[in-house]
Amino acid sequence: MMAPAPTTIETPWQRLRRDFLASRLAVFGLILLALVIFVALCAPLISMQNPYDLKQVSIEDSRMAPGSTLSTGKIALLGTDEQGRDLLSAIFYGLRISLMVGVASTFFAMLIGLSVGLFAAYAGGRTDSAIMRLVDIQLSFPAILIALILLAVLGQGIDKTIFALITVQWAYYARTVRGAALAERQKEYMEAARVLALPTSRMIFRHLLPNCLPPLIVIATVQVAHAIALEATLSYLGIGVPVTEPSLGMLIRNGFEYMLSGKYWISFYPGVALLITIVAINLVADQLRDVLNPRLQK
Amino acid sequence: MLVYIIRRVFQSALVLFLMSLLVFVGVYAIGNPIDILISAQADQKDIEAATAALGLDKPLWSQYLLFLKGAASGDLGRSFAFNVPAIQLIFERMPATLELALVAMVMAVGLGIPLGLLAGLKPNSWVGKLIMTGSILGFSLPTFWVGLLLIMVFAVQLGWLPSNGRGPTTNLFGVPVSFLTLEGLQFLLLPALNLALYKLSLIIRLTRAGTQEALLQDYVKFARAKGLSATRVVGVHVLKNIMIPIVTVIGLEFGSVIAFAIVTESIFAWPGMGKLIIDAIAVLDRPVIVAYLLVIVTIFILINLVVDLVYSLLDPRVRLSEAKG
Repeated sequence: MMAPAPTTIETPWQRLRRDFLASRLAVFGLILLALVIFVALCAPLISMQNPYDLKQVSIEDSRMAPGSTLSTGKIALLGTDEQGRDLLSAIFYGLRISLMVGVASTFFAMLIGLSVGLFAAYAGGRTDSAIMRLVDIQLSFPAILIALILLAVLGQGIDKTIFALITVQWAYYARTVRGAALAERQKEYMEAARVLALPTSRMIFRHLLPNCLPPLIVIATVQVAHAIALEATLSYLGIGVPVTEPSLGMLIRNGFEYMLSGKYWISFYPGVALLITIVAINLVADQLRDVLNPRLQK
Repeated sequence: MLVYIIRRVFQSALVLFLMSLLVFVGVYAIGNPIDILISAQADQKDIEAATAALGLDKPLWSQYLLFLKGAASGDLGRSFAFNVPAIQLIFERMPATLELALVAMVMAVGLGIPLGLLAGLKPNSWVGKLIMTGSILGFSLPTFWVGLLLIMVFAVQLGWLPSNGRGPTTNLFGVPVSFLTLEGLQFLLLPALNLALYKLSLIIRLTRAGTQEALLQDYVKFARAKGLSATRVVGVHVLKNIMIPIVTVIGLEFGSVIAFAIVTESIFAWPGMGKLIIDAIAVLDRPVIVAYLLVIVTIFILINLVVDLVYSLLDPRVRLSEAKG
């Protein structure tokens, strides 16, 4: 360990923050994303009603236009759905489920992909090529098709949807981590670790893994957006989450039949919420990719 | 080359076999088909008789062999809902899906290449920026929600186009198609546009990146120095060189267009294979689910095989690296 230099030197985190904040669009995306997460976490506190508490919902209020006054005297800013639920409250609660499914599935897919990728890179030889062939085969099928096959077999449910999304995603991480690990293994710091005869686990987790993380973080951010969109699509098709725990996709599905009679808001506003979420994540991911890419650093 | 083809075909057959095993175990072993096949009033004796008649009392591996034997002769069981052979149902619906996918692909290529060229030639003009913003939106927006917006605007608000079903079809070599009549085209336009949007964004980005790269190359500078007209430089020299990645992507993406047709068909009630599978899942029509999955997996494996083989014909490096590994 060297003594700290007299002049202030930026830590990696400080540099990351400065680079990230350089783009106004990315900051906008980050604020938007923070807002979405806040709304999802605090849905019960900021919603005007609990849309799934039957005592608070009246069927008399069904399909009212945005801005209508409900029988409880409250105003439904975005209108109500077919069961008289305030749509804004339903969107807040739906956002929770959409985000939870997206984040949980991405997290576990990353964990599995990371382990498999590292294992393949370290095992090498036949094990490595067998695993990578499996990854290639899986990636040659579109994600939606694999998720559809799994859900057709397993049936509806939040747990099953998360499982399907994990299965769809793990291969990306496995491929990325293996590639990064193979490249990092050749570098001097790994050689130094080997010369020092560090235990393999310490070599992998303290030295190799932190250096494989940047590409992984970028993929994970993009994949959360993909997972949320895919979950919404599957739920819209009626094979994702069940009716009792509606995500944004399910809300859109519920409103679809009323769209043809001009009651657009039941489908439209949940879709806007979905869009805001996806665009916010993508804006942040775009900037992260530029910031974490060593080739772009001056 | 022959070794590569044989190896690749063998590999495809192996994937198909594994997928059939997966689908079979998933659909027939996890759930109990008897619950759906037999009426609720049946007593124990009826259930045993039906189990024996369907071969469900046999061990799983011998059931799978029976299923494979049937599958090999094109018998994947009868649909519960329609009471016709499941495979026949799939083949009846297939032309609608293929037509939709083809038209969507033609739209994506026909619009994507000119727009991408424009954005690549004038990257800093407002047109170029508008095109790129549009393509980012095309990537971010979920397909099904764009479909809903299209219906909302063009079918409900403006009332210009129909949003439901396929409309009249005419027979072309015995296959029913929509694109030959004006009315059929009206029915086709919205779903095809919906399906095309994602691929359109992809092709715009590819073309733009390719154009910008090609413009810096020496052969373009030389062509300009020769005094060739701008149209000839772009139309012949640039376009020819950016076609290679675009053609590859078109081949690879066709399969995913067929897969995404599931979503579009459900929104626009387009009577293709995708709508069939969603309806079949809703009523637990197991033979149709199995037949669809096997057919779509076969289509995919064929597309991947053809793309790989064409690739190895065009690029010898692929062959060599495969032969070594």
